[in-house]
Amino acid sequence: MGVIKKIYHFYLDGFMTLSPWARTLWVIILVKLFIMFAVLRLFFFRDTLKNKYTNDEERANHVIEELISR
Amino acid sequence: MFENIDWALVNWSRAQFALTAMFHWLFVPLTLGLSFIIAFMETIYVKTGDPEWKRITKFWMKLFGINFAIGVATGIILEFEFGTNWSNYSWFVGDIFGAPLAIEGIMAFFMESTFIAVMFFGWGKVSKRFHLTATWLTAVGANLSALWILVANAWMQNPVGMKFNPETARNEMHNFWDVLLSPSAVSKFLHTTTSGYVLAAVFVVGISSWFMLKKRHILFAKRSIVIAAIFGFVSSIMLIASGDGSARDVAKTQPMKFAAMESLYEGQTQAPLIAIGLFGKEHDDPMHRGSDQEFLMKIEIPNMLSYLAFLEVDAFVPGIKDLVLGNEQHNIMSYKEKILRGYEAQQTLRAFKDAKGVDELEYQRLKAKFDDEVWVENYFRYFGYGNYYDPNPEQLELNAFKIVPPISLSFYAFHIMVVLGGHFMLLFMVVLWLTYRKKLESNKVVLYTALWTIPLAYIASQSGWIVAEVGRQPWVIQDLMPTMTAVSKIDTSSVMITFWLFTITFVALAVAEVRIMVKQIKNGPKEGGHN
Repeated sequence: MGVIKKIYHFYLDGFMTLSPWARTLWVIILVKLFIMFAVLRLFFFRDTLKNKYTNDEERANHVIEELISR
Repeated sequence: MFENIDWALVNWSRAQFALTAMFHWLFVPLTLGLSFIIAFMETIYVKTGDPEWKRITKFWMKLFGINFAIGVATGIILEFEFGTNWSNYSWFVGDIFGAPLAIEGIMAFFMESTFIAVMFFGWGKVSKRFHLTATWLTAVGANLSALWILVANAWMQNPVGMKFNPETARNEMHNFWDVLLSPSAVSKFLHTTTSGYVLAAVFVVGISSWFMLKKRHILFAKRSIVIAAIFGFVSSIMLIASGDGSARDVAKTQPMKFAAMESLYEGQTQAPLIAIGLFGKEHDDPMHRGSDQEFLMKIEIPNMLSYLAFLEVDAFVPGIKDLVLGNEQHNIMSYKEKILRGYEAQQTLRAFKDAKGVDELEYQRLKAKFDDEVWVENYFRYFGYGNYYDPNPEQLELNAFKIVPPISLSFYAFHIMVVLGGHFMLLFMVVLWLTYRKKLESNKVVLYTALWTIPLAYIASQSGWIVAEVGRQPWVIQDLMPTMTAVSKIDTSSVMITFWLFTITFVALAVAEVRIMVKQIKNGPKEGGHN
């Protein structure tokens, strides 16, 4: 328990004493991650095969068709 | 033949992937190399106890942190694109791509959350040696993380260690070690990482030279230059050696890329290497792409290309024409023959699929073909060529010339990379010599050259990727899957929208990186950790 508490305080102290430029970086990181996962992933980058087909057999058949029919 | 292909979709998907990969690659090489340079600096601090070395370490660590923070997770976008834009490819590669990427993901997470945290938060809170260990582990971890991505990429250039399962249409890993230790993977890892070391060394030497030009923090600049220039010089030697190995591997496994890199149209023995060359006009005629008559000027090194490729000056290096039309004398199969064999493999897969649940005997017979090593070697190996089949023999001949990468871009990218690589090595030598003679500080020409070499290092680094990725076109997976079949059938406009979204986001991130970094560089080194 003591070790976990130490690690927690290590990270907490680190984040609490961030300098202004490091804070700016963290804001950039968080905005970037938000855009990537909450906007791009959710609205633009859905898994094509998972969304179109219900099981792996259908997905395999689709890919085989794509491989040999184009 | 290509009426089913939406070329706008293919091209936008390619452009988007190239944009994302090249943006991601702006950050990675500096992380790979600077992490080691910092580790060397901190080692000297721990050994000597000299606070100036601590100051030096902390300054470069700060720039490392900025670069890392802006670049972190930009690679994940590539994985989004795999699932959406390149779903056929993602399915076809199966666990071969999945396994290395999963290892990379886990490794990166633990590295980033643990060692980097100790690096930045740990000054004065953990012992010197523990901190130093974390710094070294960050460097090793970052490079190991790169290993898995590069192994996956090398497999695409030279697919080995797998077996195609016709039931699932996926390639299954049969031998992990064949994938990990293939000559392509080894040379790609060594060449790519050492290029990152050279870029980082150029970065440190260049910025330190700026401090010298401004007559600020002279001791800091001198010490940084010594460490970076030695590291850069040693890395340059490794870069040349690994580049040599990589070129030999390409000559063997991707001869068309090799011919494109040198714009070698007609194969020859005692082939010369073009050191510098300038094309006259675009090669419009698809039947004569890469013809060397198109050069405005060129400087050649006799016999060098034969030696570079096969370690023999008399060796025959196949040209674009030999590879497309075939060359019986040198036992080179024509693309037309490969197309016919690939088409045969594709038709076998179709018949297998049609026989499933209808004709068990036929189904088993066809399945056995995919288990037969001789058939796989003679037919399935050329699977992707089948997409260029046309029943009209004249059109089929023409299609064969479509399996040629963009020559000018491959040629220029390769030569820019090589020439700049030589420039970096020379720069490190000159800087070290002048430092030894105590004349560097007063030599403004060299200091300005070092400063302006920083953007050149990025150009060389990006050129390397262009050689690797454009030079292998039209293949996503060499000989097995062309780019046109790898793309998902999705709405082109959605790819266009995300392309521009990425462009805006990436430009904003790049501007933020440069602004924050320039501000911190101007502030210069000071005591106080990441303050």
